[in-house]
Amino acid sequence: MKLTFWNTTVTGIALLLAIPLLVVVANVFVPAGEVWQHLAATVLQDYVVNSLLLMVGVAIGSLLLGVGTAWLVSMTEFPGRRLFEWALLLPMAIPAYIIAYTYTGMLDFAGPVQTTLRELTGWGYGDYWFPEVRSLEGAAIMLSLVLYPYIYLLARAAFLSQSLCVLEVSRSLGNGPWRTFFTVALPLARPAIAAGLSLVLMETLADYGTVQYFGVSTFTTGIFRTWYGLDNAPAAAQLAAMLLVFVVVLVTLERSSRRKARYHKTGRGQQVLTRLPLTGWGRMAATLFCFATLLFGFLLPAGQLASWTLETYQAVVDRRFMALVFNTLELASLATLLALLLALLLNYGRRLQPTRTVRFAVRVASMGYAIPGTVIAVGVVIPFGWFDNTLDSWMREQFAISTGLLLSGTIAALLFAYLVRFLAVSLHAVETGLERITPSMDEAARAMGERPLGILGRIHIPMLKGSLLTALLLVFVDVLKELPATLILRPFNFNTLAVRAYELAADERLADAASAALAIVIAGLIPVILLSRSISQTRQESPSS
Amino acid sequence: MQLRTSYLTALVGLFAAFCAVGVSAAPEVNLYSARKEALIMPLLERFSEQTGIQVNLVTGKDDALLKRLKSEGRNSPADILLTSDAGRLHRAKEAGVTQAFRSALLESAVPASYRDPQGHWVGLTVRSRPILYVKGKVEAAELSTYEALADAKWKRRICIRSSSNIYNQSLIASMIAANGEAATEQWAKGLVANLARPPKGGDRDQVKAAAAGQCDIAIANTYYLAGMVNSKDPAQRAAAAKMAVFWPNQADRGAHVNVSGAVLTRSSKNREAAIRLIEFLASEEAQQWYAESNGEYPVREGVAIGEALKAWGEFKADSLNLGRLGELNGKAVMLMDRAGWK
Repeated sequence: MKLTFWNTTVTGIALLLAIPLLVVVANVFVPAGEVWQHLAATVLQDYVVNSLLLMVGVAIGSLLLGVGTAWLVSMTEFPGRRLFEWALLLPMAIPAYIIAYTYTGMLDFAGPVQTTLRELTGWGYGDYWFPEVRSLEGAAIMLSLVLYPYIYLLARAAFLSQSLCVLEVSRSLGNGPWRTFFTVALPLARPAIAAGLSLVLMETLADYGTVQYFGVSTFTTGIFRTWYGLDNAPAAAQLAAMLLVFVVVLVTLERSSRRKARYHKTGRGQQVLTRLPLTGWGRMAATLFCFATLLFGFLLPAGQLASWTLETYQAVVDRRFMALVFNTLELASLATLLALLLALLLNYGRRLQPTRTVRFAVRVASMGYAIPGTVIAVGVVIPFGWFDNTLDSWMREQFAISTGLLLSGTIAALLFAYLVRFLAVSLHAVETGLERITPSMDEAARAMGERPLGILGRIHIPMLKGSLLTALLLVFVDVLKELPATLILRPFNFNTLAVRAYELAADERLADAASAALAIVIAGLIPVILLSRSISQTRQESPSS
Repeated sequence: MQLRTSYLTALVGLFAAFCAVGVSAAPEVNLYSARKEALIMPLLERFSEQTGIQVNLVTGKDDALLKRLKSEGRNSPADILLTSDAGRLHRAKEAGVTQAFRSALLESAVPASYRDPQGHWVGLTVRSRPILYVKGKVEAAELSTYEALADAKWKRRICIRSSSNIYNQSLIASMIAANGEAATEQWAKGLVANLARPPKGGDRDQVKAAAAGQCDIAIANTYYLAGMVNSKDPAQRAAAAKMAVFWPNQADRGAHVNVSGAVLTRSSKNREAAIRLIEFLASEEAQQWYAESNGEYPVREGVAIGEALKAWGEFKADSLNLGRLGELNGKAVMLMDRAGWK
């Protein structure tokens, strides 16, 4: 392989980001003793089956909500569409464990809904059936409600950028809107939907807070039980490595679903598609469907958080709270910036030199997304500690100077962990955008003497604006919500909103946790609004995607 | 600002290597704490006020903090690790990140069963895990020991959280210490058969479920019940009011207790100040704060306790040295796996 700027850079970055995963995988060779026999005989089957069922459930739920709403708001006209267009993104700002706590508070046996029901009817325990929130199904619903926006966001962008001609042709051939949707629009949007779905499923695999609270044994709970409970770190890491196998399968499936067809847009002349005006029942159904999604994914839980905040904010919101807000925003902005830069660099490298090594490197760089944050954090703590201590020893020997810990316990370590965990998000978003730009455009530019960086800066970035904003939103919100890695890696006297919300919620003080959780939601609104404004602008001005 | 300095340090990397020799002169203690910020910060502030020693804090989960401590090695800035259960104190000692220390103050204040025989760790608050029952549905006379809860008469009447929880693991570890592994496994199977619902939620959830009628007995740590008694939420107060505390095994080994506690790290660079902080956390003033604001029992005698705790009366606690809980923890988890305790 010839060493060029692009392939060395891309491979170098990917290697660096792969360190935490390698630390995990390295444990595969450490003997874990008899624990495996025990796990296999007792709980392993539960972990595998529950993780799979949860993934299937979340896939169904989030596809239904994400693709359904994306199609409605981008292709049809119905009352409230303009509002729903951006409001449907809101649920993603709510951390999954927070929505889980909130719904449990409302719907549990001892919660207000069932208590009222019992008071009205005089029933007691066992006299009636009520869906159990804290169950596998419940967890699937909770996760679908907050994760569907990943699919919605990418699918909507794909629907919007579909050439009018293709859809018009379909309609002129006598295909009704449903047929057009299933035979033309949906297959065309498949790469975007697949990218969204793989993000959703990776997030599902990495979830710990929800499944732990709901008492559902999955891989993640198993990893922690093996580590904390059995005090067997190698076996826990081996479980995490098994989780990685799931991810590899997932990523491969997504790739192969795309390989069959390349999806580039041809031609530039796109006009805004005349939206299909819905009538009668269709209108009502569309509004209802979007409203219900928003209600359960955002309005109800956020409303509950708001009412708790009103009860408790006086005791909770103080000078320290403002520092939390500041820290959180600072971390999220820095991480987002870095993630965008790296995503551009990696994707661009792959586009220029799609060698096997480069493609593999990029894939490795996006694996961290499905790994629970705690596992990644441990994968960061160990090599960073090793590096710091080795350097320190060397400096002591050579110069009699102690350098102490340079990286461990700094913001840099934290940012690194965020990149390992969330780079996949920005990679996917940028990738789907880049894929829709036909390579013939690159070729034309090169033929005219433009250099690679020039193509990036003058052609791709302007065309990619929408995808970049999407990536920005996703990473920003993910970092806002990030908890486990932050918890382990952060410096002294440094807290974030997610840490505060979690500490209080885990102490079963939901009402006190509400202010911080609500602040996360509000901070998440900033990029949501930015994105929705930019999207509506592009549509009004020039529809050049 | 801590953030700025640390960020800068990381960025300048090697350059800093040549200048980062100076250590700040102001006395300070660095604390890794598995006690959450809200449950330790007020005490740290008082300590700083009284002594002028600045305390820097990182909170997190016990095992994760322990991992961090281990990876940072001899350069770790941490002086003290606070854990929320005895098992982890033991684990820290086993991991070789602690050092023995002696303090006449601590030795006179804290009973021997709450201290490491070699002086590597010391318990700071006592957390008890008795049987809670719904008044009117269960008579205190029907209850006796943890062991008796496996009796078929409690079928579908008991609520307890997941076996992934450390307090359940410690409870089982204490039973293994008392009755052996085989008998305890048999018992755990019986208990699982008596559960009113698959384990889910935290300790407060068990109390709420019992108060709402889903079960008649809940097993939970008392400070959660105290938190509900003193809650601002009327629903939680109402639920807590329906429950009564029964201290089991009073005729034999005593009710199961655990401690939250502290170790002094091997890498500690502020040894004296750190020991002062640990002593402060065991002082009457601090002990009273724990008892009143978080419903935990003091480790030392003669400390005033809150109303809720007084109402539940005095009890005999299991005198097993708590290091044993850590030693038996792995066995306890495997046993619960085999018993089908989710």
